[in-house]
Amino acid sequence: MSAPSAQLLGEIGIHPSWSHIVEVPSHDGKIHRWHYLDRPGLSNDLPTVLCLHGNPTWSFLWSRLFTELNEKFRVVAPDHLSMGFSEQVGPRRYRDRVADINDFVNALGMSGPIWLVAQDWGGAIAMGYAVAHPERVAGLVLSNTGIAVPVGRKAPRLIQISASGGLHRTITRHTSLFVRGTAYLPGAGLTRQQRQGLVAPYVRRDQRDGVAGFVADVPFNEKHQTFADLAEVAAQLPSLRVPVRLWWGAKDPVFNDDFADDLMKRFTDVQIQRVANSGHLAVIETSIAPFLESAISQSQSVEQQVFEAQGPEESLWSRIMNPSRKNTLAIHDGADQSSVTFSELDSRVATFAQALVQRGVEAGERVAVLVPPSIDLIALVYACWRIGAVTVIADRGLGLNGLGSAVKSSRVQHVVGIRSAVIAARTLRWAPRASLIDLKSLQKSMQLEGLKQLGRPEPKDDAMAAILFTSGATGPAKGVRYTHRQLGAQRDILQCVYNITDADSFVAAFAPFALFGPALGITTGLADMDVTSPATLTAKALDDACRATQATMVFASPAALVNVLKTASSNANSLHQVRLVMSAGAPVPIETLRHMQKLCPQAEMHTPYGMTEVLPVADLSLQQREDVGEGLGVCVGRAVDGCNVKVVAIDGGISELPIGETGEIVVSARWMSLGYNRLWLNQQNARFESDGFTWHRTGDVGHIDGDGNLWIEGRVVHMIHTADGSMTPVPIEVACEKISGVKRAAAVGIGDKGVQQLVMVLETDQAKENPALDQLAARVREALAGLDVVAIWETKKLPVDIRHNSKIDRTALAQKMQKVLSGRSR
Amino acid sequence: MKVLVTGAGSLLLGGVAQRLAERGDEVVCFQRRVSETPHQNITMFAGDIRDRGSVTEAAVGCDAIIHGAARVGVMGSWEDFYSTNVDGTINILRAATEHRISKLVYVSTPSVAHVGHAIEGDVATPATTGRKHAHYAESKAQAEILALLANSAELGVVAIRPHLVWGPGDTQLVGRIVERARQGRLVMVGSGHALVDSTYIDNAVSAHIAALDAVAPGSRCAGKAYVISNGEPRTVNELMSRICLAAGVEFLPKHIPAVIARNIGSVLERVWPLIRKDEPPITRFVAEQLGTAHWFDQRPAQEDLNWQPAVSLDEGFSRLTQWFATQ
Repeated sequence: MSAPSAQLLGEIGIHPSWSHIVEVPSHDGKIHRWHYLDRPGLSNDLPTVLCLHGNPTWSFLWSRLFTELNEKFRVVAPDHLSMGFSEQVGPRRYRDRVADINDFVNALGMSGPIWLVAQDWGGAIAMGYAVAHPERVAGLVLSNTGIAVPVGRKAPRLIQISASGGLHRTITRHTSLFVRGTAYLPGAGLTRQQRQGLVAPYVRRDQRDGVAGFVADVPFNEKHQTFADLAEVAAQLPSLRVPVRLWWGAKDPVFNDDFADDLMKRFTDVQIQRVANSGHLAVIETSIAPFLESAISQSQSVEQQVFEAQGPEESLWSRIMNPSRKNTLAIHDGADQSSVTFSELDSRVATFAQALVQRGVEAGERVAVLVPPSIDLIALVYACWRIGAVTVIADRGLGLNGLGSAVKSSRVQHVVGIRSAVIAARTLRWAPRASLIDLKSLQKSMQLEGLKQLGRPEPKDDAMAAILFTSGATGPAKGVRYTHRQLGAQRDILQCVYNITDADSFVAAFAPFALFGPALGITTGLADMDVTSPATLTAKALDDACRATQATMVFASPAALVNVLKTASSNANSLHQVRLVMSAGAPVPIETLRHMQKLCPQAEMHTPYGMTEVLPVADLSLQQREDVGEGLGVCVGRAVDGCNVKVVAIDGGISELPIGETGEIVVSARWMSLGYNRLWLNQQNARFESDGFTWHRTGDVGHIDGDGNLWIEGRVVHMIHTADGSMTPVPIEVACEKISGVKRAAAVGIGDKGVQQLVMVLETDQAKENPALDQLAARVREALAGLDVVAIWETKKLPVDIRHNSKIDRTALAQKMQKVLSGRSR
Repeated sequence: MKVLVTGAGSLLLGGVAQRLAERGDEVVCFQRRVSETPHQNITMFAGDIRDRGSVTEAAVGCDAIIHGAARVGVMGSWEDFYSTNVDGTINILRAATEHRISKLVYVSTPSVAHVGHAIEGDVATPATTGRKHAHYAESKAQAEILALLANSAELGVVAIRPHLVWGPGDTQLVGRIVERARQGRLVMVGSGHALVDSTYIDNAVSAHIAALDAVAPGSRCAGKAYVISNGEPRTVNELMSRICLAAGVEFLPKHIPAVIARNIGSVLERVWPLIRKDEPPITRFVAEQLGTAHWFDQRPAQEDLNWQPAVSLDEGFSRLTQWFATQ
C-alpha cells in the first residue's frame, strides 16, 4: 500500500508533515515498509508518546491527540503491518505484532523513555511490549482494551460474531460492515471528518485483509495459539512497576467495565478515568490529551488527607445503642405513620446487618441501596456501615438514567432494594454481575435484639463508608467517596454549627440529611411526600411530621419550602415550635426565607453552603443575610469552624488572593470527602496540597469580603472571558433580575475564551423564545452600563438541573445561543 | 508628512484625507474627477489609477500612500476589475519603490478572505483566490496578496479590512437599507439572528490613520492584514432595525431562508449584468454575509495599530438619527 496523499491527509485533518514511511528490518528477517505519524516535540528531555491503534483502525485514531497534546512532547503512531497504510504482509499473530513494535522502535532510533498509549488490541500489544521491554517503558495509558476475557464473562459478542467461521470474511473483508460499524459504535459520536478518516485506508476489499486477519487472531478458546501468548503476558503484568492509567469509554459494548476491572486487578499502580458519555473510541471522541499530560506529570494520586487522626472516632451507629435513649422515638415515617424507638432501630439495623452478611456481603464491597426514604432505608444504610460495606447512595432526584449510570459507574457487588428497583437494576443491566437482594427477604430474616449481639468486627475509621453523587448539573453525576471518619466528622460539624442536643428532633424533607438523624442520636421525622420531586411537600404534611416528632428543626430543599408556602394555611401550629429551619441544595431566594419566617416565628432560618464533596463550608442565617445586604454576587456567610476557605487564581492557582479579589473558592475540612470514584483526572484537577492541608477546588468563583463573608459569583466553567477581561455571571444576573418582568436571568459567553461576547437570556412571561423587545433590551443595557451585551433573548424557561430545579445550565445555554447567533438556527 | 490618498471620492477615503489635512499633514488626493479642494492642506490630482505615469507623477515627494481606489460592485467584466484593482495596485507599488516611499496602507475588504461559513472571534485569515464569479472580491484579494508581498525592509505595507462601514452619508449600507425599507422591499436572509461586526465611519477613518502612523518597514503590523470594526457585534436584525429607526422608516423585512437567498444571489450575480445596468438586489456574498455570524477578534488590530474605536454603536446611531433629521 502506498502512503496517503497530502490531499487525503488534509481532508481528514492530519498535517502532511506528520506522515512518514520507513523501511524497518524485521525480526522475521525481511524488511517491511511502515507508515507512521510523527509529530516532533519541542523538548528533548521528555518521554516520547508512542500510540498503538487497534482493529479496524489506523494511526488516524490518534489524530485528536496529535492536534491537542502539548507541543513539548513528541508523539509517534505507527500503522500496524497489514493495517492502515503500512505494507500488506498477510496474517500476523499477536506474538509477531509485539515483536514488530520492537522492530519499529529500534528502526526509529527511539532511545529515551516511552509512554505507551493504546486502544483496543493495540492495548494488548502495548502490554506485551511493556513486559518484554520494561526498561524502555515509563508508563501506560490504556483505553478500552483487555488482555484476557474477565472471569465470569463471555467473549465480546460483537467480536465473536465477526470472528465466527461463516460470517468472518463476509463481515470483516468482503463488506465494509466491520470497518464502518466501528465508526458508529455507541458513544459520544464522531464527526463526519473523523468517520471519513477512520475508514480511509479500508475502502477496497483487498485493503481489508489485515482487518480480517486481526479478527481471526482473537482467541476464543485455549487451543488458539495466541491464547497462550496473551496468558503469558497477563501473568507478567503484576511485575510492571510503571504507572498505568485507564481512559475508559463507559458505553463500549465490547471492552466494557468488566475489562476495566480485570485490568485494575493486574497492575500495582493503576488509576481509572471513566468517561461516562464515550464508547469504544473514547480516545478520539473525547479529548484524551489533558489526561495523558496529567498522567505523565504526576503519577501519584492526590487523596491523602493531611489531617491528624484525633483518636478513634465515635462510630456512626453508636448513638443508636445509647441505653438512656432506648424508648425514645428514633424515626417516624409520615408516609405510612410507622415509627421505631431507638431500641427497635438498633434491633432492625442488627438484623439487616446479619442478613447482609449471610447473603455474602463482605466488608469493603459496594452495595447499591435502592430503597425510597423510609425507616428501612435508614436501617439498611446503618447496617451496611456497621459491617463495613460501602453504600452507594444515588437518589431518584438524578432521574432514572442518572440513577442507572450512578449505579453502573460504582461497579457495585450487591444491589439491595425494593422489588421494583431490583427488577429495574436487572433488566436495565445497571449491575449485571451483582447479587440482587430483595429488601423483603432481609425483613424476614432472623431477628437480632441489637448491634451488641452482632459478632462482626467494626470497620476501621479510614475504611470507605459511602459513595454519594453530585447533582450532575454540568455533565454526568460524579461519585464521591467518604470514609467513616469523614462522615463522623460531618455529623459532628452539623451538631456544632446548629447546636444540636438530645432535646432536639427534626423533620427531614431533604433525603441526604435524614440519614444523619440516628448518627446524631436525635428523633428523625420523614414527611409524607414524593421524594423524587421536592416540590410535593405540603404545609400539612410538614406540620403533621413536626407534630408526630415534636420537631425543633426542619431540613428542607428550597423547592420544598416554596410549595409549603404555597399550601400554607393558618392551622400549621406545630411549625410554631420549630427553632431552626435549614434549607440546602440550591440557592434559596431571600423572599422564600422571609415568608417561611412568618410561618415559623420562633425559628432561625439557616442556609448552609457546600457541595457533595464538602458540606458544610459556610452558613448564613436570614438575619445575617438581611444585615449583609447586597454585594457582588450571592453571600453565603462565613466559613464554619474548622473549615479552611481561601480564594485562589482561577487557572489552577494554589496561593491565597488578597481580600476582596475574585477567584476560585478552595476549601479544606476534616469532613471533606476522600475524592472522586473512578475519575482519576477529575481527582487530579480537584485536589491539591498546600500549607499542610489537602484542598478541594469547588469550581465556584467568588470572593471573601472584609468581614470574612464568602460571596459566590458563579461557576468557573460559566465565567465569561471577553477581550476586555473575565467576568463572573452572577453579579450581572443579579443586576438584570431587578428589572420588572424579569424572573430570572442568565449571563453566558459565546465564542472562544478570550474573545467571548456577553449574551443575556431572560426568563419572562414571553411564550416564545425571541430576541428581547427594544424596550426591555434597552433596560438591560442600561442596567449593565459599561458592559457590551451583544444580544438579549427572552425565554419562558431557562434550562435547569433535575434535582434542584434551580441551577441554571449555563454551558448548555451558551452552546444554544452560540448556534442561534451564528445564524444556523432560529 | 505628505500622503498620497487614492480613491478619495469615497466616503471613507474622503474622510481619511480630510482628517489628515486637519491634523496638519499634506495630502494629495488622487481622483478621476477632481472637485474643489475641501481643505488648504489638500491638493487635488486628476488621474487614472490604471495609468502608471499619472500614479508615479502624483506620488512625487510623498512619504506615504493610502491606496483605496478600487472598482466596486458586481457590474463589469473581469478585465475591468482586474485593470483597476490589480494593475492599479501594481502601479502604486511601483510608484512607492521608485520614490522610496516607506509606508503603504492598502484599503482592503473582509470579502478577500470570505469562507462562506460563520466566523466567530477569529483573527483576519490570509486572502484567498480562485473565485469564478465574484470579480470584486477576487481582484481585491489578488491585489492584497501582491501588496503584502511587497512589504520589505524599505517599504512597510499593511492591509486594513473594515467590516461593514456605516454612518451619515453612507450610500452603500445605510442608503440601501433605508431605500428598500421605504419601498417595502427590505429582505432579511435567514433568521436575522446572525451576529455581525460593523464599523462606524469615523472609527473606520481613524483606523486607517492609525495604520498609517503604525506602519513602517519592520514594524509589528508590517506585512499583515487586519479586520477592523467597532468590536460590538450585533444581530443583523438589530443593526438593520436601528438603521431604520434612525431614518424614521418602519422595519418590516420579508424573511427568506438562507439557502434560497444564497441560490438566488449566485444566479442573480451572473444573470443580472447581462440584462440590467444597476446593481442586483442580492448577491451570494451578501446572502452569506447576512445569514451567518461574522465577528472578529479585535485585539491584534487594536494592539498592533495602537487604535481604539472612539465612537460607540450607541453614539453612532444617535449621530445617524441627527443626520437623517437634517436631510
